[in-house]
Amino acid sequence: MSTKTSFAIHDKGFTKTLRKDNWRLYPGLVVFGLTSFLIYGFWSAWQANFYWYSGGQEGFGGYLAPFYSPLLFIKESVEGAAPMTHSIFGPWPSWWPSWIPPSPSLLILAVPGIFRFTCYYYRKAYYRAFSGTPPACAVGALQRKRKEGYKGETGFMVVQNIHRITVYFAAIYIIVFFYDAYLSFFRAGEFGVGLGSLLLLGNPILLASYIFGCHSIRHLVSGSRDCYSCGLRGDIAHKNGMIVGWFNRRHELFAWLSLVWIMIADLYIRMVSMGYINDPNTWGF
Amino acid sequence: MTTRKFQIYRGDNKNGELVNFETEVKEGMVVLDAIHKIQAEQANDLAIRWNCKAGKCGSCSMEINGMPKLSCMTRMNEYRKDETIIVTPMKTFPVIKDLVTDVSWNYIQNKRIKPVKLAHECKTENGYVMYQNDVDRVQEFRKCIECYLCQNVCHVLRDHDKKDKFVGPRFMIRVASLEMHPLDTEDRIPELKKEFGSGMCNITKCCTDVCPENINITDNGIIPMKERVVDRFYDPITILGRKIFGKKKKKFPPLSP
Repeated sequence: MSTKTSFAIHDKGFTKTLRKDNWRLYPGLVVFGLTSFLIYGFWSAWQANFYWYSGGQEGFGGYLAPFYSPLLFIKESVEGAAPMTHSIFGPWPSWWPSWIPPSPSLLILAVPGIFRFTCYYYRKAYYRAFSGTPPACAVGALQRKRKEGYKGETGFMVVQNIHRITVYFAAIYIIVFFYDAYLSFFRAGEFGVGLGSLLLLGNPILLASYIFGCHSIRHLVSGSRDCYSCGLRGDIAHKNGMIVGWFNRRHELFAWLSLVWIMIADLYIRMVSMGYINDPNTWGF
Repeated sequence: MTTRKFQIYRGDNKNGELVNFETEVKEGMVVLDAIHKIQAEQANDLAIRWNCKAGKCGSCSMEINGMPKLSCMTRMNEYRKDETIIVTPMKTFPVIKDLVTDVSWNYIQNKRIKPVKLAHECKTENGYVMYQNDVDRVQEFRKCIECYLCQNVCHVLRDHDKKDKFVGPRFMIRVASLEMHPLDTEDRIPELKKEFGSGMCNITKCCTDVCPENINITDNGIIPMKERVVDRFYDPITILGRKIFGKKKKKFPPLSP
């Protein structure tokens, strides 16, 4: 035994810890990843142009930037806009305020945004990285100054319970993105493959892998039951649970892969549409 | 044999300090071995709770270099040879002496949970009948050794000291194991929301990260319970469904395959 060091065992305070490892790495990567995505997403949505590429050809087929899909309304006069035939509700509404760009993306961005915001995985990521509750395990959490102190998800954050509803809408995007992928394998009605097609095909596959691992879906298709030996429905629910469980164990992986992939696919199609990148494809042969 | 440096907490809940020790360590030793050696050779009055030394009794929970761990399952070769290993008691619970904490608050929480109430119609002359499919999920929670590392690391209890509002991860999975039980007829969902504080958990998954039994506490226990609370209190579709069709009658496993 040698010298002693004064030490208060119950010391509390934001980021106070005895951990010696690099605990800042995970929240740091999350801040970088999510901030990059948010900045790019809003920038891309605000551009309102160059979201479509079909090599200047008309007819069936073309690349649609995923941040702009589905196209509820289209303003054809902007550069790089999709043909009007792709609009679900027709031309851009005349009542749209002039100070907001006529971007189809701004109309639909909230749905996947709220889905990801309320996702059980992303909650872990941003509660740690952005709200410091806690920044890492056994690292001092940010204290709340209000009288009642920390409220978890019982205060304003009770809104997280809408996650299940957002899943229903987010699942529609899988179908929409698969249609966009199908569209991307055609140019003026002729079948072909381009780098953009592969990026647009990977997008719904990764999104589906992410959504099928959702905890709310697992609950709906399997987890709400207690008895799996009760007839055919119980048996189906048990098998569903095993399938969704596989994806659920990889929910974090697919959450990030789908996030990064959609960003790359969107940027790529924007760059191709703007003429900065020459899309390698089979239609030129 | 190499000489390794330690700083071990000595004191009680009010006054204490990190005391420096050095001891010889052999290959294959765990942190608990080293502490026992220090106790035997240099500090006979060093208090430490331990029992099985096999990671199954959950007694030797403490914090090693700030991370909640079982000292009997933490090998010395996880740390650099020139590193001073800091050993402190669990932060969330009051210190009795040195590395021993008073975890009795946890036993009180356990008593608040309604015990299992088995469906009498499932009883046969050979006992109760259930099937592997039905207990797959619950078996994971039964691995819990009650080391309370998850309770210790949970920031709701550790940093925000909301022991009056949240029962903690260990008891969330206890409730889960009972609620998912195929033969249980008790309903604990209202208490789960109102008294046990399921909403206090913000699923940052530290409980899962520190569990020595690798129980997926958050994903397989807490989140399914939160989803059942959503079913009961927040999802307009399920609430409307119950109002129209009434409460679903619980089904039980068949008495013979």
